[in-house]
Amino acid sequence: MAHPTVAVLERHLTLYRRLWRASLFSSFLLPLLFLASIGLGVGGYVGTVGGVPYVEWIVPGVLASTAFQMAVGECTYSVMGEFKWTRGAHAMFATRVSAWDMVRGWMLYIVFRVLIAAVVFLVVVGAFGALASVWSVATVPVVALLAVAVAAPVTAFAASIDHDSYFALLFRFVMIPSTLFAGVFFPVEQLPALVRLVAYASPLWHAVELCRAATLGAAPPWPVWAHVGYLLVFCVAGLYWAAVAYRKRLQD
Amino acid sequence: MVTLVVARRVSAGRVGAVVGRNVGALRSGASYWLVLVSGFFEPLLYLLSIGIGVGALVGRIPLGDGRVVSYAVFVAPAMLAASAMNGALAETTFNFFFKMKYAKTFEAILATPVRPIEVALGELTWAMMRSAFYTAAFLLVMAVMGLAEPWWALAAFPATMLVGVAFGAAGMAVSTFLRGWQDFDLMTAAQFSLFLFSGTFAPVGGYPPVLAAVVEVTPLYHAVELVRGLALGRLEWALAGHALYLVVLAGVGLWVASRRIQRVLCS
Repeated sequence: MAHPTVAVLERHLTLYRRLWRASLFSSFLLPLLFLASIGLGVGGYVGTVGGVPYVEWIVPGVLASTAFQMAVGECTYSVMGEFKWTRGAHAMFATRVSAWDMVRGWMLYIVFRVLIAAVVFLVVVGAFGALASVWSVATVPVVALLAVAVAAPVTAFAASIDHDSYFALLFRFVMIPSTLFAGVFFPVEQLPALVRLVAYASPLWHAVELCRAATLGAAPPWPVWAHVGYLLVFCVAGLYWAAVAYRKRLQD
Repeated sequence: MVTLVVARRVSAGRVGAVVGRNVGALRSGASYWLVLVSGFFEPLLYLLSIGIGVGALVGRIPLGDGRVVSYAVFVAPAMLAASAMNGALAETTFNFFFKMKYAKTFEAILATPVRPIEVALGELTWAMMRSAFYTAAFLLVMAVMGLAEPWWALAAFPATMLVGVAFGAAGMAVSTFLRGWQDFDLMTAAQFSLFLFSGTFAPVGGYPPVLAAVVEVTPLYHAVELVRGLALGRLEWALAGHALYLVVLAGVGLWVASRRIQRVLCS
């Protein structure tokens, strides 16, 4: 018998094998379209940022923001549905799978999903010569770390609420502003001081800076350990919250 | 012609009743309200991020007629057109589909004297109210930020209504063909691709020729050109062409939608 966590992962992968077509666009095509529209289209009028062609400058930003958006998007309706609509979570809980196994298996699945999207993106972008440094491979673990840092608290949130309207608000007031103001498309130094603090608080900004440092082969603005440490705090706190939320929700 | 056919069979009172049902649904709770209002912020955030943030890197951009404007002035009307589209599509795709397929709202309505075309018109009117709320608020923001002359902003408002009607009708027609929620990924894909490549963030003249040719037959391109022309005070005959495209789209969309409601629900 497989370990319960692995069994949970397997269950999500089985579902993904049936439903992968539905997420083709958001996982693989959307980042490339963003890059074409803003990176190439608008980039033609921008020229360079800090001595780097604009399109090369936003590649790491688009990479990290795709991981971020996938982590948020995947952990909303699907997680709530497991409790509220399909009651798959209750079914799992009736076996020897614990709440903590469910959270871990789900996180592994999300990391898996984000990593394939990231690798495909890197390969395509690399083929067009938009990656300046061999350090670009270091973006893969960064993106995995970001995925957990974001997916864990969002999963916890989705497991604790009872109405799906909150997701529309989460998308509009957390996900979209983060994507637009966390240094993905323009340097956060341009932001007013107060808004910049909010950008620093977003896990996405830390991942964007780490990814950018990697693809351009330069040092990030803060020491690497500080960026990584910030993301780790989100991971640990998020996982803890998710485990608590799952346990509480499964009691009914 | 479409208007004539429509006018003969439609009762304003019955259409109004369909609209009234939607207004009544607002009382279902604060969350629907919040979602409705929050939709206004999306294009505004794009305007601030891309229009102003990236705009600081771009500087000024040529309009193609010799005039050069700041990048935010260029992007703002495009976000306005996009918010008209989003407002109308939010009601006529996601909500419309739910009402048709899962809540069986239309079956209940059609059990009364209300006809399919009246359902289509009522839903479209409601979608327009949402879309008009977004664009009016956005135009106000544009005027306050100095991104459009107040009079031209006022002139652009009816154009955004036309954009809303066209997308609302087309969205409704498409919704009647969707099989399930998984099809919404395709729908979102189409909507977002239009948003990214309709002369919204960069002039179509700068696109590769093949892409430009494709973009020129898609609806948001015409919406952006029409709204941008009016918001920037560039009156030219091409605007009439863009408007005509949207009128035709609205007519065809409405016709297909009411035919499909008839076929799917009344037989």
